[in-house]
Amino acid sequence: MGYALDFGWLNDAVSLIASGAAMTIFLITVSAVAGIVLSILGAAARRSRHAVLRRAIAGYVELIRNTPFLVQLFFIFFGLPSLGIRLDPVVAAILAMTLNMTAYTTEIVGAGLDAVPKGQREAALALGLRPRLVFIKIVLPQALKVIYPALTSQIVIMMLESAVVSQIAVRELTYEADMLQARTFRAFETYFIITLVYLAMSIGLRRLLIAGGNRMLAGGVS
Amino acid sequence: MIEFTLWDIVRNLLLAARWTVLLSAVAFAGGTIVGLLILFLRISKRRWMRQFAEYYIGLFQGTPLLMQLFLLFFGLPLLGFRIEPWTAAVLGLTLCASAFLAEIWRGGVQAVPLGQWDAGSSLGLHYLKQLRLIILPQAFAITRAPTVGFLVQLIKSTALTSIIGFEELVRTSNAINNATFEPFTVYGFVALIYFALCFPLTRYAKVLELRALKY
Repeated sequence: MGYALDFGWLNDAVSLIASGAAMTIFLITVSAVAGIVLSILGAAARRSRHAVLRRAIAGYVELIRNTPFLVQLFFIFFGLPSLGIRLDPVVAAILAMTLNMTAYTTEIVGAGLDAVPKGQREAALALGLRPRLVFIKIVLPQALKVIYPALTSQIVIMMLESAVVSQIAVRELTYEADMLQARTFRAFETYFIITLVYLAMSIGLRRLLIAGGNRMLAGGVS
Repeated sequence: MIEFTLWDIVRNLLLAARWTVLLSAVAFAGGTIVGLLILFLRISKRRWMRQFAEYYIGLFQGTPLLMQLFLLFFGLPLLGFRIEPWTAAVLGLTLCASAFLAEIWRGGVQAVPLGQWDAGSSLGLHYLKQLRLIILPQAFAITRAPTVGFLVQLIKSTALTSIIGFEELVRTSNAINNATFEPFTVYGFVALIYFALCFPLTRYAKVLELRALKY
C-alpha cells in the first residue's frame, strides 16, 4: 500500500472540530426542544374536535415523513426566498430540523397519548379538574413516560441527520470536516476522526437523555 | 440562455428519479443479503459473533450516513480500488441497510416463542433447518411492516448520495435549479416525486401493521 495515514494535522484542528461539534449540539438542542413542544400541541390538536385542524396536521406529518430531509432543507433555504422569505443558514437549518423532528415526534407523542387508559381522564374530570389541567397534569406526564425511549432515539437520529445542514454552509461538525479536508488533503483521516466524534456524541447524547429521563420522570422511564 | 419549460423540468426530474429507484432497489436487495448475514451473527450461540454484530449495528446506527458515504468514497481509493460515486453509493447504502434490517429482524426472531425452537429440535431438525423452516418465516411475518417502513427510509436516504456526486434526483435538481433559477418549483417537484414514491409504501406498511395487530 503506497499510502501512509497521517494524523499530524489533528493538533491544529481540535479547536475547529470542537466549535463544529458545539454548533451541532446547539442545533439539536434548539430543534429538539422546539420539536417536542410543537409535537405535544400537534398531537393534542390531532385528537381535537376540529376536523380541519386534524386533517391539516395529518397532511403535514405525511408530507414530511415521505420526503428526504435534504430536500426539505433545500426547499426552505433555496425555495422560500422566491416567496420573499430569506433565511440565515442557521435559522433555515433550525427551521428544517424542527419541522422534520416535529412530524416524527407528533406520531410518537400521539401514540403515548393513546396509551394512557381512558379511565385516567375520566377520574381526573370526576375530581373536577378542568380539561386543560387534565391534559397537562394527568394525561401528558403518563404519556411522556411511555414514549421517552422513542423520543430519545428520535433525537439521536435527528442529531446524526443534522450532518446534512453542512450543505447550506452552516458551520457545524460536517462543514468543518469539509473545510479541514480541503486544506489538509487528508480526506479519509478527517472524515474518520469526525465519524468517531459523531459516534461519541450519539452515545453520549443517548446516555445523557436516559439519565435525565430517569431523574425527571417520576418513577423513571418505563 | 436556453429556455426551460415546466415540462422540461418535470421530464428531467422524472428521468433522474429512475436512478433513485434503481439505487434504492439495489441497496435494498444488497442490504437484505448482508443483513441476513449480520442477523445470523447477531443470534448466533457464539458470544464473539453476537458481539461483532452488535458493534456493527451500533456503528452504522450511531454515525451519520453522510460520514459513512464519505469514508467509503475517500477511503476505498486508498486501498487501491477505483471508485465511482455509484459504487460508493451502493456500498454505503447496502452496509447501512444491512445494519438496520438485521436489527429489525432480530426483534422478529426474539419475538418467536422459544418453544418453536424446542419443537424444531424435537423433530430432529438441525440449527440451520430450524432457522430456515420454522423461525425465520415467522420472524419475517412479524417484521413485514417495519421492513417496508425501512424501505421508505432507504429511498429518502438515497438523496444523500447526491453529495458524493451520484447523479440521482437531488443532484439533477441542483443542476436544473442552477440553470433555471426556479428553486421553488424545482425542489417542490422533487419533494412531490419523493412523496409519490414513498407515500404508497408508507400506506402499505400501515396496512401490514393493522393486519398484524388483528392476530
